[in-house]
Amino acid sequence: MSVDDATVRKIARLARIGIAEAQVPALAGELSAILGWIAQLGEVDTTGIAPMTAVIPNHLAWRADAVTDGDVQGKVLANAPDATSGFFAVPKVIE
Amino acid sequence: MTYTDNGNHGSYRVKGDTGDWEIVVGLEVHAQVTAQSKLFSGAATTFGAEPNSQVSLVDAAMPGMLPVLNGECVRQAVRTGLALGAEIHRWSRFDRKNYFYADLPQGYQISQLYHPIVGEGTLDVETDDGTRTTVGIERIHLEQDAGKSVHDLHPTMSYVDLNRSGCALMEIVSKPDIRSPAEAGAYVAALRQLLRYVGSCDGNMDEGSMRADVNVSVRRPGEGFGTRTETKNVNSVRFIMQAVEVEARRQVELIEGGGTVVQETRLFDPNSGTTRSMRSKEDAHDYRYFPDPDLLPVEFDEAFVADCLASLPELPVAKRARYVEALDISAYNAAVLTADVETARYFEAVLDGTGAPLATAAANWVTSELFGALKKAGVGIEASPVKPGQAADLLKLVGDGSISNSIAKQVLEVMVETGEDPAAIVEARGLQQVSDTGAIDAAIAAIIAANADKVDQYKAGKEALFGFFVGQTMKAMAGKANPGVVNERLKAALAG
Amino acid sequence: MTALTDLTIAGMKAGLAKRDFSAAELTAAHLTAMAGARGLNAFIVETPEIATAQAAAADAALARGEAKPLAGIPIGIKDLFCTEGVQTTAGSKILEGFIPQYESTVSGKLLGDGAVMLGKLNMDEFAMGSSNETSAYGKVISPWKAQNSNRELVPGGSSGGSAAAVAARIAAGATGTDTGGSIRQPAAFVGISGIKPTYGRCSRWGVVAFASSLDQAGPMARTVEDCALLLTSMCGYDAKDSTSLNVPVPDFAAGLTGDLRGKRVGVPKEYRLDGMDATIAKLWDQGLEWLKAAGATIVDVSLPHTKYALPAYYIIAPAEASSNLARYDGVRYGLRVTPPGGNLADMYSATRAAGFGAEVKRRIMIGTYVLSAGYYDAYYTQAQRVRALIARDFEQAWAHCDLLLTPTAPSAAFAFGDKADPLAMYLNDVFTVPSSLAGLPAMSVPAGLSADGLPLGLQIIGKPLDEAGVLDAGLAIERAAAFTARP
Ligand SMILES: [Mg+2]
Ligand SMILES: [Zn+2]
Repeated sequence: MSVDDATVRKIARLARIGIAEAQVPALAGELSAILGWIAQLGEVDTTGIAPMTAVIPNHLAWRADAVTDGDVQGKVLANAPDATSGFFAVPKVIE
Repeated sequence: MTYTDNGNHGSYRVKGDTGDWEIVVGLEVHAQVTAQSKLFSGAATTFGAEPNSQVSLVDAAMPGMLPVLNGECVRQAVRTGLALGAEIHRWSRFDRKNYFYADLPQGYQISQLYHPIVGEGTLDVETDDGTRTTVGIERIHLEQDAGKSVHDLHPTMSYVDLNRSGCALMEIVSKPDIRSPAEAGAYVAALRQLLRYVGSCDGNMDEGSMRADVNVSVRRPGEGFGTRTETKNVNSVRFIMQAVEVEARRQVELIEGGGTVVQETRLFDPNSGTTRSMRSKEDAHDYRYFPDPDLLPVEFDEAFVADCLASLPELPVAKRARYVEALDISAYNAAVLTADVETARYFEAVLDGTGAPLATAAANWVTSELFGALKKAGVGIEASPVKPGQAADLLKLVGDGSISNSIAKQVLEVMVETGEDPAAIVEARGLQQVSDTGAIDAAIAAIIAANADKVDQYKAGKEALFGFFVGQTMKAMAGKANPGVVNERLKAALAG
Repeated sequence: MTALTDLTIAGMKAGLAKRDFSAAELTAAHLTAMAGARGLNAFIVETPEIATAQAAAADAALARGEAKPLAGIPIGIKDLFCTEGVQTTAGSKILEGFIPQYESTVSGKLLGDGAVMLGKLNMDEFAMGSSNETSAYGKVISPWKAQNSNRELVPGGSSGGSAAAVAARIAAGATGTDTGGSIRQPAAFVGISGIKPTYGRCSRWGVVAFASSLDQAGPMARTVEDCALLLTSMCGYDAKDSTSLNVPVPDFAAGLTGDLRGKRVGVPKEYRLDGMDATIAKLWDQGLEWLKAAGATIVDVSLPHTKYALPAYYIIAPAEASSNLARYDGVRYGLRVTPPGGNLADMYSATRAAGFGAEVKRRIMIGTYVLSAGYYDAYYTQAQRVRALIARDFEQAWAHCDLLLTPTAPSAAFAFGDKADPLAMYLNDVFTVPSSLAGLPAMSVPAGLSADGLPLGLQIIGKPLDEAGVLDAGLAIERAAAFTARP
């Protein structure tokens, strides 16, 4: 599997990781090498095999519906780079 | 998607310059699940709290925090599915929908793409003009709500409040079975009615408990589907109808002008009544869904489904039919009384007091007298100053002849004002109906004596005068005389 | 008398119980050692004040006769565990200055059992790495050197700070986490023991996530018994982690026998790679002899899909990581970089570009790619199917044996920069990844030395929940190997 420069830019954008244009070809090479190696998985016949859903057989436990958490605004905002009047502040979002 | 038109739709058409267009609508309704706490955390869900106060470290997506499923949300989704006659999936699973947004703390929404908890069902809807149609339900899945960004508090910054973040939503996806703005409105109203009956969503559209993504496309009648647009988060029945209408018209004008409809996300602006493209959501439209590895599949057995089913109340369609068939209530009244779960609940509490024989009278009284009084007082039925038990008592006073209908109206007025019991009002004001023939005969005798000329005319055949004598007698009795007894004694006296 | 820092945890417990020394003395000795070994860069944050206070509390509890099982035992906590009030970075710049307002379940259990926290241990960034070269806080240096060489060696990864600190006698034990071998490989590289329990034994709550379906915490210590002591404290059901296993936790240390009579030990033939290091191959055979001497019978088994474990892992782990690491966006905590005049999207890109290192970015991009439209089924779904096959291989092997013995890593510790190619680095996990994918308990114990005098480990893999069996086999090897080499 070979990854071209355009794909690298697209993935970086999806992942919201800014990359300098100069990095693109090197990244394309690295990702191609890794994806090329991973591609050997295609050799495995997995017909009729269900994808794994639980690593160790286990049952999903459900919580009772009760308010047991929250009301910790101070803790929620404690590490915020920018908090104002109880809100997280971020550069303007344009919809 | 395979879809067969049930042929039952109205013939709504958008008139274009080049001819008629049919519109095709599918709705994705997001309904907030009625629950004390969030879908995956123990934080509260109440509306209107201080920003970021109803947020746990899980909702804020602090490093290392993990989701734990609220069982009540599973139960409510299953109950809703059962109410829609839908397939209930004993095995479902949560997936992550990955995208970046300021009010999406995890960088993904936990939702259900591949294996939703509820599959196909149907909802019967009726438009105002009485046209009935069945809208297919594609699926219902559980998912997390996002937080809220406030854009107008600062010139260059947006403010993020995560109180809503993580609240449980049911996304109820219809099939593209809707063919007019009226049907879209009727569908949402019927769905809201049903959810409120089931108790799985409070249906409060003002507080955002219910909102719809409106998928609209247009086509020439009989042709295949056109390209659709999705107008996000429309939050009232009226706006949904408007959004369908303006978006269909926009698409028709676009196509007729030589353009093509682009599949995109749009926003409805209630102020201008238009939709516009939401470019910020357009870039990088690849959600990279995959099963959430922090959660295991959701599994439950037949007994759980049976419990959910047993917990369902009588649903609006069944209730309405029963009112007409078993209680002899008029079709119109039955529709009015079952339109909202609160009204039906009130009415049935009244019936508990009066018993079924007074059902018709109770239905008439609730829909006319009580509704009128509440409207005048400006309160909803859930806040009625007249409690159902009191209403039943009033109806029984009329029923057993203790008071007349006209006195009942007076008593109701007092009840609305003071909240007093009807019997106490009747007693204190001496409003009991008089059936004592002695008092009535005395009044009749006086009237006959005072109106000898009219008695003669009556006896000569002018029977219309009977009403005059009744009126005079009632007046003399201050409205409290039993009309049946008055009739009977008058006839006897005039015949004498 | 042995230096306090040379004692095993079991020895420390005995000495504290007899009041041969106080917890304060024990902690002070470790703090001194820590100060003297800063050149290893094993710690990102040292917490001497906390340690001193906890030691004093332990002494008070000991005096009252109410000492908890780990009272006064000085340990290090890998920086992947959120510690209340103490910076937690996961080795990443993007979390620099992040002070959790909560304590991870596992570190909380250890501290609740009386352990003393010396500090937060350095690690590969977000646990992505096998050499500790990806930490944003500088590489950890192994206390070991090869014979006739002065080159600095990697401690392995990602729990490299944990490995170096325990091997260098700075900490009596440490927490590690293991996603594809991050406890076992570094333990092997520095000549200590480490066990990754069954997936779900240790709560993941409060542990910075790398790959949720693989991440497991576990202890690292200088003896098998010490691992057992720590593991008993770390395990247990946690309702806050939906993948946690609701099963009783035995007292692993009390149950240790080293007796393998009646046990069948399997040798997976697929692990005998072409061109395998001769010393390692020999040590493996030696290990089988030792287990036989302890009463086990040896059987050959086959795990036919072994070859595909690494590529499956390098789809699943990056896919999960690409999603788990989306929360580091500069909005609620950690680094924020906003270019002048930039909007929210610009902030995301700049923050994540500046905050993540090259290996983390690489894996996020791989993960993003394999999950993206059109590739999901070919990569992710296929990898999860292959994973199911790998788990089935193990299940089928359990019909013939109770435990498996393999080497831990294909080589001894290497020097910095020797594996600059990411793929070469990934191949280091070849023996540890299959059991991670299957969620099985597995441990590494030091068993011998390489030709140039560096530690080599053997790996024992057990059935689900059979940590006790794994530890017994580990103890048998430990006794027979009598590994006494020190850095
Ligand atoms: Mg939608
Ligand atoms: Zn949705």
